[in-house]
Amino acid sequence: MSSLPGVWGTWGGYLPFFIAGFLACEPWRWGGALIGRDLDPNGEVFIWVRAVSSAIVAGLVTRLVVFPTGALAAISAPTRYAAAAIGIAAFFAFRKNLGAGVVAGTLALIAGHFTIG
Amino acid sequence: MIEPSTPTPEPMTHAHAFWRGTLAMFGVPALVLYAGILGYGAFAREAGLTLGQALALPVFLQALPAQVVLADHAARGASLAAAALAVTLTAVRFLPMTVVLMPWLKGHRGPRWHELLAVHFVAVTVWIEGLRRLPKVPPEVRLVSYLGMGSGILAGTLAATALGYLAAGTLPQWMAAALLFTMPLTFLLAMVETARARSDQLAIVAGIVLAPPAYLWFPGFDLLVTGLVGGTLAWALGRRRRG
Repeated sequence: MSSLPGVWGTWGGYLPFFIAGFLACEPWRWGGALIGRDLDPNGEVFIWVRAVSSAIVAGLVTRLVVFPTGALAAISAPTRYAAAAIGIAAFFAFRKNLGAGVVAGTLALIAGHFTIG
Repeated sequence: MIEPSTPTPEPMTHAHAFWRGTLAMFGVPALVLYAGILGYGAFAREAGLTLGQALALPVFLQALPAQVVLADHAARGASLAAAALAVTLTAVRFLPMTVVLMPWLKGHRGPRWHELLAVHFVAVTVWIEGLRRLPKVPPEVRLVSYLGMGSGILAGTLAATALGYLAAGTLPQWMAAALLFTMPLTFLLAMVETARARSDQLAIVAGIVLAPPAYLWFPGFDLLVTGLVGGTLAWALGRRRRG
């Protein structure tokens, strides 16, 4: 049983996700397949779209860390911020290594939780 | 633009090409993605999605950031239109990505709609692996090979989603918190890693700065406001820099 609010708990719980998910995503892929080579992926419109998309995802990431829900909310704010900063620092220290950043940040979160709370 | 090169790789049967593609999705780049997907599974449970809904999202979207944006909007009871708009804005980037991939998917003898099936698997991990591996595959089986990669990533994604979802309910709280924390960190770092243009880098900074006030002032529309305002600012600043 879905306990989601508003429209998300209705229509069997799948149709809203199909509409706002599949139908919101897939046309872009089909569009890319159909216009194929006739399009300049370096045009101004795409630079703008890429920037908007990056800002949305960066905003989402920030909100998940600054206003967490569920289990992450049990970790104090200073620990969350410090762990994120350590993860970012390790990522750059290891020449933009994704694995190093994620492992260092996660370990810092656990260490911080058991020391500073 | 990169065009398919002509050196002829060894012939390969369709089944062979498919399985080689599938197995490629259990190597290192994909494994990093699955770690983030464990976090998505845990997040989907916290957000109030059923296991079925948590598994349906990767099937519908096949794009981890968009899945989290959508689950997040659903958890907060946002309108269908606001959610669809935010998701579609994170998905526009698939158009140029697909355009770049298409030359590698054209050598097959099947009907054209097979291509529309294959491009469902345009998302960053498979896309990068596709561009890396398809040139080494004979042109007539490239589409099949790419479908194999897509099937492999879908299988791995569903397994990781279910594992993260189920684990979140049984793990001690600090472990669940660590699992939830890996996902935003993975997104952020993966995005910084691929942000080459000045406008992309500025957009990441703008998103980080604008998200907290936007959340407090425009609940439900905060991601849209953050994206449109921050992204447009970043684009304008980057454009001035380009001259």
